[in-house]
Amino acid sequence: MKVTVKYFASIREALGQGSQTLQTQAADVGQLRAELIALGGAYAECLAQGKAVRMALDQNLVDASAILHEGCEVAFFPPVTGG
Amino acid sequence: MRLSVVIQPEDFDVSHELAQLRQGDARVGAVCCFVGTVRERNEGSDVASMALEHYPGMTEKSIQTMLEQAQQRFDIYAARVIHRVGLLQPQDQIVLVAVTSAHRGMSFQACEFLMDYLKTQAPFWKKEVTPQGERWVDARVSDDQALARWGIQASNAV
Repeated sequence: MKVTVKYFASIREALGQGSQTLQTQAADVGQLRAELIALGGAYAECLAQGKAVRMALDQNLVDASAILHEGCEVAFFPPVTGG
Repeated sequence: MRLSVVIQPEDFDVSHELAQLRQGDARVGAVCCFVGTVRERNEGSDVASMALEHYPGMTEKSIQTMLEQAQQRFDIYAARVIHRVGLLQPQDQIVLVAVTSAHRGMSFQACEFLMDYLKTQAPFWKKEVTPQGERWVDARVSDDQALARWGIQASNAV
C-alpha cells in the first residue's frame, strides 16, 4: 500500500528530507520502521532499534503495533521538547 | 466553553490574551497563566538563539485533545494555548497557557496539567545555538514524571 512518511527534527536532518511517499508491504508502524532500517545508511542509523524514536499514525502518537492503512500518514521523530 | 490553540511565529501580548479570555464571562473569579521563556543558559552552555520546529496539524490536534482533557478533569470556563515556532532569542516568550475558572484551585491545577501534558505529548522540538555549535535539546525524564502525577503514563524521554 501507499503511505506518506514524515520526519522531524534530528531525524529529518539526518535523512535530508521531511517527507516521502512510498509503497510498503508493512502491516504496522513497527514493520514500516524495520523496512526503512533495511534501506541502510542514514535510515539504519537514525531509526535504529533501541534509539528513542517516537511514532505517529495519522497525527496520533502510537506504538509499533499500530496498523497501517492505504494512504495513511506515518511520522518518525525524536522525543518532543516543546513548552 | 471556549478552548483554543494557536501556533505562530509572532510574539503574544499576555495582558491582551487574558483580557480576551475572560471577556464577557462574569462567572470568572480566577485567571491563571503560565508563560515559558527562552533562558540564556541551558545544560551549562550559553544559548545564543533557539529554533523551534513542530509538526503542523498534529500539534494543533494534540493540544486540542489536551484542552478537552483539562475540561473534563477540572471545572474551568475557558483555556487558551499559544505556542511560538521559528527562531527565538533569550528572554523571548515561547508559550502561553491561560485558564479561567470560578475559584483559583481549578485554574491553577488546569494550567499545570496543560503544561505537563504539552511538555511530553505535543510535537515540538527545540534546537539551541551555543558557542559549541547547534544542538537539539534532550527530553527530560522529569517531564514524564510530572505528567505521571496526573495519572497519565508518558514515555517520551526514554
